[in-house]
Amino acid sequence: MNRKKENGLSSEKVFNFCNCAFLLVLVVIVAYPLYYVLIASISDPYEVYAGKTFILPSKVTFEGYARVFREESIARGYLNSIYYTVLGTLVSVALIITTAYSVSKKTLPFKKTIMVFYVITMYFGGGLIPTYLVVSRTGLLNSVWSLILPGGVAVYNVIVARTYFENSIPEELYEAAAIDGSSNLGTFFKIALPLAKPILAVMVIFTMVAYWNDWFTALIYMGEKSKYPLQLALRQILIQSQATATMMGNMDGGYAEANKITELIKFASIVVGAVPMLIAYPFVQRYFEKGFMAGAVKG
Amino acid sequence: MKKGKQGNTNAAVPKESLWKQVVKHWEFYVLLLPGILVTIIYKYIPIYGIQIAFRDYNAVDGFFGSAWVGLKWFQRFFGNYNSVRMIRNTILLSLYSILWTFPIPIILALLINQIRQKRFQRVSQTILYAPHFISVMILCGMLRIFLSPYGGLINILGEALGFIREPVNLIDSASAFRTIYIASSIWQDAGWGTIIYISTLSSVDASLHEAAKVDGANAIQRIMHIDIPELIPVIVIQLIMSFGNLMNVGFEKAYLLQTSLNKETSEIIATYVYEQGMLKAMYSFSTAVSLFNTVVNIILLVAVNKICSKLSDVSFV
Repeated sequence: MNRKKENGLSSEKVFNFCNCAFLLVLVVIVAYPLYYVLIASISDPYEVYAGKTFILPSKVTFEGYARVFREESIARGYLNSIYYTVLGTLVSVALIITTAYSVSKKTLPFKKTIMVFYVITMYFGGGLIPTYLVVSRTGLLNSVWSLILPGGVAVYNVIVARTYFENSIPEELYEAAAIDGSSNLGTFFKIALPLAKPILAVMVIFTMVAYWNDWFTALIYMGEKSKYPLQLALRQILIQSQATATMMGNMDGGYAEANKITELIKFASIVVGAVPMLIAYPFVQRYFEKGFMAGAVKG
Repeated sequence: MKKGKQGNTNAAVPKESLWKQVVKHWEFYVLLLPGILVTIIYKYIPIYGIQIAFRDYNAVDGFFGSAWVGLKWFQRFFGNYNSVRMIRNTILLSLYSILWTFPIPIILALLINQIRQKRFQRVSQTILYAPHFISVMILCGMLRIFLSPYGGLINILGEALGFIREPVNLIDSASAFRTIYIASSIWQDAGWGTIIYISTLSSVDASLHEAAKVDGANAIQRIMHIDIPELIPVIVIQLIMSFGNLMNVGFEKAYLLQTSLNKETSEIIATYVYEQGMLKAMYSFSTAVSLFNTVVNIILLVAVNKICSKLSDVSFV
């Protein structure tokens, strides 16, 4: 009996050890590409080419960053993206929360009809061109609103937030407020919104990430280069390999040299582009984990 | 139904007419109004505008005035020797994606859930979630650099380890496209995909595991008999959702990884719709192709829902 128990314990330990070791390997595999980009961005491109920068940077240079920061399109892209993200998040989250709160009201007439009206848009849409034509007809091209309004109301988020309102805020609170003479709007601002902070945080985070990372909407609706968000500025460098004259700058040496510098610029711009989200995300991690729980649709 | 609920919540109040109910709730409709307006203008009017798939759209006559041409654009699409290839590419890319990316987060969640060292658990979760926050643009930029035959990481590593003799141009290779697409999806989203499973597992009653331990069940037996059954309802729902979106395979990555040389596998319906519509301004033709895609997707969605509702009678609820 005793021996058996010991055996059981040790097999448990073996499993635990293997499990941890396996996950450690996975974590390293997942993190390595990002780490590699980071070292390559401060290494001499010839060393990267020769495969000497697997673990540590070699012949450290900040040339890539210098050129990226000199580049106007990146700086402008950053500012544009911040503007689009802040405004877009404000509008989108306001639409989500007002809709979710209203449809969570149990006594609201036509509640079901309104939900069906929204859910249809989750599965069926006009598609690229009809939407483009409407956006263009309503005069939104090249305006920040073309990035925000065509997305409409994020229905999935509405469902999550509605579930939260229904399950986490007791009906009695609303009734008490009504007895105290609070109007429905007053109750929304003074009672429902403050209590909905956790779900609000989740919505803000998800919406922000979506706006920050979006490029396709801007590609369709923003014709003017001066209005490109960061992701489109990165597209020119990373996908289309168009390092601009300002970036290449004073370059001696031939085509090979130019090629190497382009690679260095690419590494540096990846770091510059990815850093804001990667730094911000661990701080908000606990919110989105909670959000998944809060919004879990009940059976 | 609605009236019944109404009666339950405030039983003392006599039933009011619908109109009075609406007036009483006017503030809620004010809150709803902006969302409804935006949805009508930017979601429902475009749906109405799909009819340009059957017309020869021109800007002067607009959605409703352009000449009716019936199925002309659909015939043109199916007459194109590439159309079968595009449909095939779309379905295969999607199917393979689900096949590979679906099970991995489940296994990962089961393993992460077994870790006893809470600190290690937190840190590994944080790192595994991180790639999700990288934009598609940056991901594709990284892939293009890593896969480049000129000093790309994959080629350097391959040569250093002796797998390949000379650099391979992977980014332009049609046969490598799907592997690149799917492997990078796993890298980016496998960790993120575990969240829903881990949060389900965290609600499993701890005494179940304790009891199983006392009965001598080892870790693998406990995973098989306690954790997995707990996950099945969530797995089924997730599976329905992924199959329901079979035809909506990620346009963005396919487009950003597409080169003129790998189109044989990378050209999917969505990239073709974009190319024909936005780059060549063939509005009606592009809309027709897109409509075809949507219709196939809806048929799939309905079919999968039917199958699952039949299955679910047996397996859960």
